Amino acid sequence: MTGNVNMVGYGLAAIGPGIGIGLIFAAYIAGVARQPESRGMLQSIAILGFALAEALAIIGIGLAFAL
Amino acid sequence: MLAAEGDGFTSPGPRDFEFPGIFGHDSFVTKPILIVIIGTLVVGLLFWLAARRAQTVPTKGQFAGESVYGFVRNSIALDAIGHEGMKYVPYLATLFSFIAVLNIAGIVPLLQFPATSKIGIPLFLAIISWVVYNSIGIKRQGLVGYFKNMMFPAGIPWPVYFLLAPIELFSTFFVRPITLALRLTFNMFAGHLVLLLFVLGGQYLVFTKGGFVGVLAGTVSLLGSIVLTFFEGFVQLLQAYVFTLLTALYIGGALADEH
Repeated sequence: MTGNVNMVGYGLAAIGPGIGIGLIFAAYIAGVARQPESRGMLQSIAILGFALAEALAIIGIGLAFAL
Repeated sequence: MLAAEGDGFTSPGPRDFEFPGIFGHDSFVTKPILIVIIGTLVVGLLFWLAARRAQTVPTKGQFAGESVYGFVRNSIALDAIGHEGMKYVPYLATLFSFIAVLNIAGIVPLLQFPATSKIGIPLFLAIISWVVYNSIGIKRQGLVGYFKNMMFPAGIPWPVYFLLAPIELFSTFFVRPITLALRLTFNMFAGHLVLLLFVLGGQYLVFTKGGFVGVLAGTVSLLGSIVLTFFEGFVQLLQAYVFTLLTALYIGGALADEH
C-alpha cells in the first residue's frame, strides 16, 4: 500500500462541513414544510449557507493536495 | 486515493491538470487557455445571436438568451441586492454565463476539462468582483464611512468591537476573495478528479485486470461515471450560480448604509 496520509486527514476533516450542510438543508426543508410560500426566499439563504459551509471542505481539499 | 499496486493502476492526481502547450511544448496556448478562448467566443456569439434583431415576440434563440439574463436579474440581482440591483445585472449576467460555460466544458465531449479548475481563472474573476464591491462601497459611503460601517456595525455593545473589527476587516479584504476563488476552483478540481477516477479505474478493471470480478466492477464503475457526469453538470451550474450570488450579496452589503 502506498498513498498519502493527507487524504485520510481530509476524509476526517470533511465530516464537519458534511454535518453542517446536512443541518442547513434540514432546516431549509423544515422551513418550506411549515411555510411553503417562503420557498423562494429560503432557497437563496440555504444555498448561501451551503456555500459558506462547503468552503471549509474546499479549503481542506486544497490543503490536502498542497501540503 | 487508490493505492498503486506494483505495475498496476496509477490513480489520477494533480498532474492530470498539467497540460503541455498545443503549439510546441512550451508555447503559451495550453488546453485550459484554448477552452477560455473558445468559451469567451461562445458566450459572446450566443448573446449576440440572441440580441440580434430583438423582437417583441421573441424567437427561440432570443428567448433562450433572455431566460439566462432574466434568471440572473430576478433570482440573483433583485433578490440579493434589491431594486438598486438593476445597475449591476450586466456584470452579474456576464460573470454567470462565463463561469457556467467554462465549467460546462468539463463535460463537453472532446474538451472535457473544466477550465475553472485552474486557480488563475477563478482568482482573476474573484479579484474583479473584489474591486467592484469595494469600489461601490467606497463610492456610496465614502472611504471613512465604508470602513466604519464595515468594522463597527451599530447596535453592538462596545467591548465586542475589539473582537469584531479585526475579524470583519480580515473577512472583507482577504477571506472573501480567497474563498470565492478557492470554492470554484476546488469544486471543479474535485469533480474532475472523481470523473477521471471512475472512467480510468473502470477502463483499467475491464481491459487490463479482466476476469469476472474485474469486468463486473469495471462495468459498474463505467456506468457510475455516466451518472456522475450528469451530477457534475448540476454542480457546475450550481457553482456558477453560487459565485454570482455571493458577488451580488457582497455588492448588496457594500450598498447598504446601515448594517
